[in-house]
Amino acid sequence: MNSVIAKEQPAGFSFAQYLTCLNGIVWREGLRFVHQRERFISALVRPLVWLFIFAAGFRQVLGISIIPPYETYILYEVYITPGLMAMIQLFNGMQSSLSMVYDREMGNMRTLLVSPMPRWYLLFCKLLAGTAVSVLQVYAFLLIAWFWDIEPPPIGYLTVLPALVLSGLMLGALGMLISSSIRQLENFAGVMNFVIFPMFFASSALYPLWRVQEGSPMLYYVCLFNPFTHAVELIRFALYGQMNWTSLAVVSSCTAIFMFGAVFAYDPSRGFSRRGPAGGET
Amino acid sequence: MMKPDVSTACDKATGPHGSPYPGGAALAIEGVSHSYGARRALDDVSFTIAPASFTALLGLNGAGKSTLFSVVTRLFGIQAGRISIFGHDIRLAPGEALRLLGVVFQPRTLDLDLSATQNLLYHAALHGIDRREARLRAGEVLARIGLADRAGSKVRDLSGGQMRRLEIARALLHRPRLLLLDEATVGLDVKARADILHHVRRLVTEQGIGVLWATHLFDEIVPSDNVVILHQGRILAQGEVVRIVAEAKARDLYSTFMHLTGTTPASGSAVP
Repeated sequence: MNSVIAKEQPAGFSFAQYLTCLNGIVWREGLRFVHQRERFISALVRPLVWLFIFAAGFRQVLGISIIPPYETYILYEVYITPGLMAMIQLFNGMQSSLSMVYDREMGNMRTLLVSPMPRWYLLFCKLLAGTAVSVLQVYAFLLIAWFWDIEPPPIGYLTVLPALVLSGLMLGALGMLISSSIRQLENFAGVMNFVIFPMFFASSALYPLWRVQEGSPMLYYVCLFNPFTHAVELIRFALYGQMNWTSLAVVSSCTAIFMFGAVFAYDPSRGFSRRGPAGGET
Repeated sequence: MMKPDVSTACDKATGPHGSPYPGGAALAIEGVSHSYGARRALDDVSFTIAPASFTALLGLNGAGKSTLFSVVTRLFGIQAGRISIFGHDIRLAPGEALRLLGVVFQPRTLDLDLSATQNLLYHAALHGIDRREARLRAGEVLARIGLADRAGSKVRDLSGGQMRRLEIARALLHRPRLLLLDEATVGLDVKARADILHHVRRLVTEQGIGVLWATHLFDEIVPSDNVVILHQGRILAQGEVVRIVAEAKARDLYSTFMHLTGTTPASGSAVP
């Protein structure tokens, strides 16, 4: 036989091969990100609009009392910054799931799924790649916010990193789980209405929970059980060098649950096989 | 090299033991069925592909070819039956089975915004091939398919035929021993079609790769090929084209197909 044919390889993959795979997926996600400049700009403009316009308008309406982790009275802009950081990640998570639906419709997804690497690992790499992109976006936002007098302690920029990674993973895994159950791209508009907006508004991103409780006790509980609230709080505390253990526990558990759900849904013997082949194929 | 008869091979054990192929059949499909809800897309499909052989999977649109490809590549789970690639059961050892398999799907699966080389490097990474080796192989395959000068071009700027050649090159990058192509020439002009078919046939003779070539175009199949005729999810005939035609006492493959499927020329989309 010809030398082109693979020699018998040892079964399984080495650690280096797993790393190569991870590198490749992150590299491709990075390239796509670089190519889609509009995506980067819109990811940045969205929270900045909230910060520059919404927060400025509401500054007078909403007074924020001293609540942990803040040690003094703070401006409304300062309060909503962690919420906007989480919002960047929420949109990014949903956007990468949108790209997964797109990839599936266009067929690109198959390149990933026919890799001999374990499927859970491929999905995890994809998740890490998406998270890396979202963390970059958040730091770009923080840089601009700094000129707007949002100045957390310098150490906060470092301590917030693990929190951002964890919340990025959680929101990415949620997006992945959602993408597995969306048949077509058109249905994605529904995700905006039914996932992004409710998650964002029914959380502590825009107003502290004690204020919500005053207004509507029921909404307070909704916010309390919203994992996004805990992503925001985890980021908020981490940005000031503190740890919110409850939020850490909630975000970690939700990440695990969403990830498990996504792997389950993309398992060929389960969710993925219920659909017919892509359009035009037979 | 003697090609074992497909029709007899499929009746025998497909693993390394007792199989006519010492290393296991390139592809062994046994009793595979698949349904979308109530609609049965594949019904008890069984056939075998010998290593270093060219087998055409012939069927009209809607015959179940793409569903079969999705099941073999693990995009869909196996609902019933068993599939193995060189003796590796795709359910029990999916990694080992998939690393021996290269596939070109019917829809394009290239990333249009990346360059030809970048697409190849991404694929190599998914197979755990390190960057240096990947660059080497990418250069080699691009040269072999005559796209060395387009290595840095965005895939979006390539022609349909070039994209297909690139997809085939990509499918061979991890050096598989079995190559599946699902209607790889759809939408291409006559010359591009002939080039690709010629290229794939050379892979069989020169590199000893087992090929399953799904098509609905009769002129892509020659009398010495093995063919599996799939119609409405069921296999109607399989074996060497000349033998099938002789058994059906027909003039050629086209009339054999029409006879077997009960299709009239006007209602079928196949081209004679």
